[in-house]
Amino acid sequence: MSDRPEYNGTSPGSTLAPREGDPPITPELVDDHGLSPSEYDRVLKILGREPTYTELGVFSAMWSEHCGYKNSKRLLRLLPTEAPWVIQGPGENAGVIDVGDGLALAFKIESHNHPSAVEPYQGAATGVGGILRDVFTMGARPVAVLDSLRFGNLDSGRVRYLFSGVVKGVGDYGNCVGIPNIGGETFFDEGYEGNPIVNAMCLGLMKAEDLIKGEAEGVGNPLMAVGARTGRDGIHGATFASEELSEDSEASRPRVQVGDPFTEKLLLEASLELIQSGHITGIQDMGAAGITSSASEMAGRSGNGVEIDMDRVPVREPGMTPYEILLSESQERMLVVAKSGHEDDVKAILNKWELEAEEIGVVTDDGLFRVMEGGRAVAEIPSLPLTEGCPTYEREGVESDEIKELRCMDLSRFQDAESDQTEAFLKLMGSPNIASKRWVYRQYDTTVRTGTVIRPGADAGVVRLRGTSKAVAATTDCNGRYVYLNPRMGTMAAVAEAARNLVCVGALPTAITNNLNFGSPLKPHIYHQFREAVLGMADACKLFETPVTGGNVSFYNETDGVAIYPTPVIGMVGIVEDVAHLTNAAFEEEGDAIILLGDNTDELGASEYLYVIEGLVAGEPPSVDLLAERRLQHAVLAMIQKGLLHSAHDASEGGLACALAESALGRGGSPMGVHVTLHDALSPLPLLFGEAQGRIVVSCDARSVDDALRTAKKHGVPCRQIGQVVSADEGFRVEGRSVTLEVDVDTMSELFFGAIPRLMDGASQT
Amino acid sequence: MKVAIITFPGSNCDYDLYKCVQLVGGSPDFVWHREVELGNVDAVMLPGGFSYGDYLRAGAIATMSPVMDSVKAFAAAGGPVVGICNGFQMLCEAGLLPGALLRNDSLLFVSQDVLLRVESDSTVFTRGYEVGQVLRMPIAHAEGNYHTDPETLDRLESEGRVLFRYVDASGKATADANPNGSARSIAGIVNENGNVMGMMPHPERAVEEILGSVDGTGIFEALLAHLSPVGTT
Repeated sequence: MSDRPEYNGTSPGSTLAPREGDPPITPELVDDHGLSPSEYDRVLKILGREPTYTELGVFSAMWSEHCGYKNSKRLLRLLPTEAPWVIQGPGENAGVIDVGDGLALAFKIESHNHPSAVEPYQGAATGVGGILRDVFTMGARPVAVLDSLRFGNLDSGRVRYLFSGVVKGVGDYGNCVGIPNIGGETFFDEGYEGNPIVNAMCLGLMKAEDLIKGEAEGVGNPLMAVGARTGRDGIHGATFASEELSEDSEASRPRVQVGDPFTEKLLLEASLELIQSGHITGIQDMGAAGITSSASEMAGRSGNGVEIDMDRVPVREPGMTPYEILLSESQERMLVVAKSGHEDDVKAILNKWELEAEEIGVVTDDGLFRVMEGGRAVAEIPSLPLTEGCPTYEREGVESDEIKELRCMDLSRFQDAESDQTEAFLKLMGSPNIASKRWVYRQYDTTVRTGTVIRPGADAGVVRLRGTSKAVAATTDCNGRYVYLNPRMGTMAAVAEAARNLVCVGALPTAITNNLNFGSPLKPHIYHQFREAVLGMADACKLFETPVTGGNVSFYNETDGVAIYPTPVIGMVGIVEDVAHLTNAAFEEEGDAIILLGDNTDELGASEYLYVIEGLVAGEPPSVDLLAERRLQHAVLAMIQKGLLHSAHDASEGGLACALAESALGRGGSPMGVHVTLHDALSPLPLLFGEAQGRIVVSCDARSVDDALRTAKKHGVPCRQIGQVVSADEGFRVEGRSVTLEVDVDTMSELFFGAIPRLMDGASQT
Repeated sequence: MKVAIITFPGSNCDYDLYKCVQLVGGSPDFVWHREVELGNVDAVMLPGGFSYGDYLRAGAIATMSPVMDSVKAFAAAGGPVVGICNGFQMLCEAGLLPGALLRNDSLLFVSQDVLLRVESDSTVFTRGYEVGQVLRMPIAHAEGNYHTDPETLDRLESEGRVLFRYVDASGKATADANPNGSARSIAGIVNENGNVMGMMPHPERAVEEILGSVDGTGIFEALLAHLSPVGTT
């Protein structure tokens, strides 16, 4: 019987002699590794001695912000993570929920902001690769990808380079592996000029019983490196991701990994076959911090130890040191714990897929993460303190006066401005934030796997579940300007919008994964944003019963000291009970009634209107009434499930006017006209372009209007018919007390579909 | 109808083809590219995807796979062979069809629905359609720009071997309706003997209403109807 040795803060025993050629440990070297003096003290206490150079590298990676969540962990505990349908919450490679019929859905979102800022194509491509691996290591087959992107303004050449490189990277990787892209978002604002946001989300399906975890079970079981060889790329990527960007970041380009989607496709097939085969007990992606994090985390989760032999790791070039091998972030690699005696079976499966599998170590019972080279230990660290002992901090958070001033700005002079409504409307329709993102998703295979039943360009993407009547829907949402001006309210708005987007396609919101993109948590005003955002998310997720099953924190999104807008991206999934209920955003039939659910309000703050027309990011962002949002979700779902609706679309950026226009234009195939009359006693600008939350525009047959209104009333949702769908020839017309917007549909269509292609220089507009 | 769907490392439409063949009542079977024997099959299909990661040229390395000798022999014996997307690229690389598929003229990957005009209804693949009929189905490729010399193009046209052309809603082959710059808007062709067809669009993605179109079904149904009376199954 071997009890797991308790870690009691003393040395694991042996003293390790320095490895020949390794630099001596100096305060400067410790600082270069991103460890503070107090963190280094903790290392000394854990080891009971000075670390070797290899060990310093290991601690540096594992205790980086990226792997250790040291500035976020305490607050993240406030998020709701449980529900009866949650099979796997935070802490694994991906979250997993039960979708019924014996099926489970694995899903997660992850950022690749820093790599994409210096090498957009590879940065974005490897971001997609990493998130696919997170999902298929759970035993799930990836069935959909979404991408949530943010850039500066497209009039900058550098931004166009980043934008086109990122889109090509996302596309090439997913297209090659054969995973359809079903949606996401693209947003442009100078707040993201130097530091783009590149978040990729993946959904995977499995039979519930096929779930496998990243645990090193079974003392004596071999550890096997599977897939691509280990090279010198991406060394210290995790640490790089935990620093601010600056002029010097260009020199970090070698820290960006290089992706090979072809190898990924083979690794995907081989991994799923391995998991099905029963020859392995655990599997984990070698993602950030490579072998170090995968091996130590697998050991940490199971309470065992691992021993890895550097001489047996397949490498791309000779002469790699343990330090380099352990910290390499070469892509398309997996760490597998095989059942003892099944090594050859594992190799046979990998060989079929023209990949390698090599035994590189063994699961031990001593609780240590031990690394051997030439028969000698070069690192020997207690696994649990390494993976779980990263110091966590609660920082000081104070709102910035400058932002507070912007939020409190008196907007009445803009709100009541005598501006030309038609001109403003056309400008908004041609603004890249509102205009069609077809230029983006036209580069993504959206239909491979013949599962996509709602493609990108809708409120949410939907993939059917073969063999059932169900489908899963997914969306990513966040308006960083709202969060910037009011972090708590803005984050609630992100959760609320995600939920609205799901109900608009006919799905019940079920769970979320989040990607928290922020500046440096060491700055009090950033930490304030982070804390407020987490609190807002917690409130909204509790009320909507959409627990958080995992996610990613990306701090230090700053360029030369200036932070991005705080951007907590919500990746939400939902379940469509019957594909017969699928609903699109586009108006379908001439003569259909247009109904507005929710109230128009006098809120113009933080709007796209202010940004485009006045060049302002200011004012109080629209307020969110979570209970009203919940009622709205239920009302729309009830209408859809009764089969009453021909379309549903939420009002977001650009307000009611742009929401109506988007429904009129649809995908550009057969646009419709709109005649709407609004009786609200509001100034025209907030009425047309204000971004009041909790509003959904639906259309239905004239005979269904009464039923629709009754259903809304029953759910306590304000609801009224505001007009009707007409033919495109009859134009797009919105009238009100002091409102007259009249535009021909072709003009609107040309602006909406042509804006981004025009900005991207002569790119095809078809 | 027993159909061999050849799977190469990097194929990613193999599963879609499998489901589609099943849907029309055929019996699909995956054949791994390292096999040398096709077995007793009635038709061979080369699926879309990125065989060998499109390294060297799309479809080029796949033609060196052991199974390709059997595919060539099967085609030479008059067996029907269908290549879709990457499969079309392979058929051109293998010399089973004339011409080549270049980078799209936009230099970008293009994924969207296209409209196709049926140009010939006299092949075993297109018998279920009528000449002039307009079909809707998706494309998703970076190298679909069909290219060959003018003489070959003239021959293809005069021999009725152009099967599909990219057109607009009114059925006209305009420059705007051509998504990749293909010569004479060609989307699909057949060989001299009429038994080897290649096309860039994905008919297997247009076989159920819920996917947005059922216009691709005709190809598989026509092939099934052709093979069933003499089928070995």
